[in-house]
Amino acid sequence: MSFPWANEYKPTNPLMQWVDDRLPLPRFVYNAVGAGYPVPRNLNYMWNFGILAGFALVLQIVTGVVLAMHYAANAGVAFDSVEHIMRDVNWGWMLRYGHANGASMFFIVVYTHIFRGFFYSSYKAPREMIWLLGVVIFLLMMATAFMGYVLPWGQMSFWGAKVITGLFSAIPLVGTPLQQWLLGGFAPDNAALNRFFSLHFLLPFVILGVIILHVWALHIPGSSNPTGVEVKQESDTVPFHPYYTAKDGFGLGIFLMVYCALVFFAPNLLGHPDNYIPANPLSTPAHIVPEWYFWPFYAILRAFTSDFLFIPAKLMGVLAMFSAILVWFFLPWLDTSPVRSGHYRPLFRKFFYLLVVDVLVLGYCGGAPAAEPYVMISQIAAMYYFLHFLVILPVVSSIETPQPLPFSITEAVLGKDEHATLAPATPAVA
Amino acid sequence: MVRLFGPLVGLFFAVALLWSFGNGAYNAVTQPSPPTAEALFHKHPKEVAFSFDGAFGTFDKAQLQRGFKVYQEVCSNCHSLKQVAFRDLTQLGYNEAEVKAIAKNWGNKAQTFDPKTGDRGDRPNLPSDHFPPVYYAGQGNPPDLSLVAKSRHGGAQYIHSLLTGYTDQVGYKNGQGQELLKMFPDAKTPDGLYFNPYFANLNLAMPQPLTSDGQVTYSDGKAATVDQMALDVSAFLTWTAEPKLDKRKQTGWPVLGFLLAATVLAYLAKRNVWADKH
Ligand code: HEC
Ligand code: HEM
Repeated sequence: MSFPWANEYKPTNPLMQWVDDRLPLPRFVYNAVGAGYPVPRNLNYMWNFGILAGFALVLQIVTGVVLAMHYAANAGVAFDSVEHIMRDVNWGWMLRYGHANGASMFFIVVYTHIFRGFFYSSYKAPREMIWLLGVVIFLLMMATAFMGYVLPWGQMSFWGAKVITGLFSAIPLVGTPLQQWLLGGFAPDNAALNRFFSLHFLLPFVILGVIILHVWALHIPGSSNPTGVEVKQESDTVPFHPYYTAKDGFGLGIFLMVYCALVFFAPNLLGHPDNYIPANPLSTPAHIVPEWYFWPFYAILRAFTSDFLFIPAKLMGVLAMFSAILVWFFLPWLDTSPVRSGHYRPLFRKFFYLLVVDVLVLGYCGGAPAAEPYVMISQIAAMYYFLHFLVILPVVSSIETPQPLPFSITEAVLGKDEHATLAPATPAVA
Repeated sequence: MVRLFGPLVGLFFAVALLWSFGNGAYNAVTQPSPPTAEALFHKHPKEVAFSFDGAFGTFDKAQLQRGFKVYQEVCSNCHSLKQVAFRDLTQLGYNEAEVKAIAKNWGNKAQTFDPKTGDRGDRPNLPSDHFPPVYYAGQGNPPDLSLVAKSRHGGAQYIHSLLTGYTDQVGYKNGQGQELLKMFPDAKTPDGLYFNPYFANLNLAMPQPLTSDGQVTYSDGKAATVDQMALDVSAFLTWTAEPKLDKRKQTGWPVLGFLLAATVLAYLAKRNVWADKH
């Protein structure tokens, strides 16, 4: 679906005409990311991050496929094969640093994208399906990143795999057999490494498929915007091309500069030194920590230190860690305020910023050793995390008085909209 | 449904966390855990400058050659360097004949196995061989040093501090003037280990390897003080861990310059396109 004033594809080039008559792919592209797709004219830079996430995925696939040509998924040689890539393969160091830091950039971008969604309530009707698919993408990304980190078979690879697959053993009765089945053994070894490699290669393409659904679902209502007021008329929109292709091009330049600064000047900044020690099942690292992008959830996992109502602490931690993400699925129904944008929701906005700080605190504690005061801080922070989504958000949406919304996007941008005076009696609804 | 169960689930987790928090707080008050000797007496690496620091830094080949000499004469008695091949030494400025000679004269020989007779033996190393394994009968397990500069916090600074940080444990005080053996009489270094406050748990199995000035004879005239040898071998081990460091930074600058120009152009293009829409 699109707006009635969308430009229609009229190829002038006879070749494009010929192709379009037989396979309307040019038309499809034109209507999806070309001049045929009307987009709100007031999107700010927070709306760049979806495209950037897509770019990061392509980057991961390209670097990853070439790395896979040189990598050997065998516990005896995996570590050395990565060093072979770093030392002997032409530009191998760039591929590997590019892939590792590409994963970090991917998560930076997707976290920003998700928090954009929180602030502007992008999950609200009619965009629930976009949001639900987004959460599925995020879960798949976490699984992919986790398995990718196991592949170099360093100390953190091994012990990270051991800890994370060990979480399954918290499930009553079937837990331990399930863990052994997943690993293909009692501890991570060749069998686990091989299946992780296989899945790590597969999952990005599954993500790609879900992204296609995500963007398809996005094209039904079209993008939301910083006011949260829906598009009403042609003057509210601009064609995607050239307006947003130009803006996304600039955003991509900034993204690439940050990314290349990391790859070429601080490639190990975000990694853990222990992963340059070959995996050794007999020597446990002093602090087992996952990659930085898992830290908030790792802090929640470790915050449960006491059994609760006969539920073992470990099981509570596992349930909470998964619930911390699963709760996002329910956001469209937990936040019932009719207003979308945080700009017009004074009370909601305060709690939103508190959530940002809370997640940063959780992240910090997740990367710190499992000792006081970090455990107690993460307990408080995890408490706020759950209360925020499950208690505060529903309450705030019902007690808050939102500020008045602009009549239209046009009015928000230009300060006036002549249509606004034509339809005075009914107040604008979002 | 969601609005009914949501808050209940939220409260469930919150109460469970409060319970954990309460137990933790109670334990912290009733059985406070005293600080450990490592926490109070472990030292962070000394700040020393290396030629390869920063975004513009590059390796100093003369220093890498000196560092290689230290590795060859001292460390290679106990530590292997298996990720590095002899031919890689050309990157330090040795020519091919020199590399050939270094490989050929290397103390540990390459292992051979004849599948027809089943005989095992050895032969001199070739430039294409990696540094051979090292067997060490003493106390502890000397790690392979190829990647040690990247696998420890502090990298080259840490190695330098470790090598120069051996000291007498008796009477050892930290920055706050606390004396280790007075506070922790049980922390006395066990037999066969050596005290070094830069090592994570203060005692390690490596005897002080660099003990006296002039232990290694430098051919470039540099005075081989213990500190200088430690600096040089730390630089050398940074090269073994990251041989592509120079190339990486050299590539990075033009890439960033190109991206900067492209981004400025993209910005101007964007301004131009949007000129009539704001
Ligand atoms: C007599 C044998 C011996 C010699 C010579 C020796 N080392 Fe060691 N080294 C060891 C042993 C044993 C360990 C393991 C220590 C431990 O883990 O307790 C070790 C550990 C290390 C470590 C790792 C410390 C850590 O953080 O785990 C470094 C770095 C190191 N040596 C560097 C050197 C350098 C550089 C030289 C040459 C100047 C050298 N060693 C010479 C025996 C030796
Ligand atoms: C691989 C990762 C992802 C890619 C490539 C991707 C791609 C995109 C793109 C291209 C857009 C349109 C541009 C924009 O609004 O920024 C978009 C919109 C959106 N995405 Fe994603 N996305 C990803 C992950 C996620 C995740 C993890 C979530 C939420 C959990 C999410 C939620 C949304 C929502 C709600 C919108 C609509 C926003 C609006 O129209 O205002 N996305 N996505």
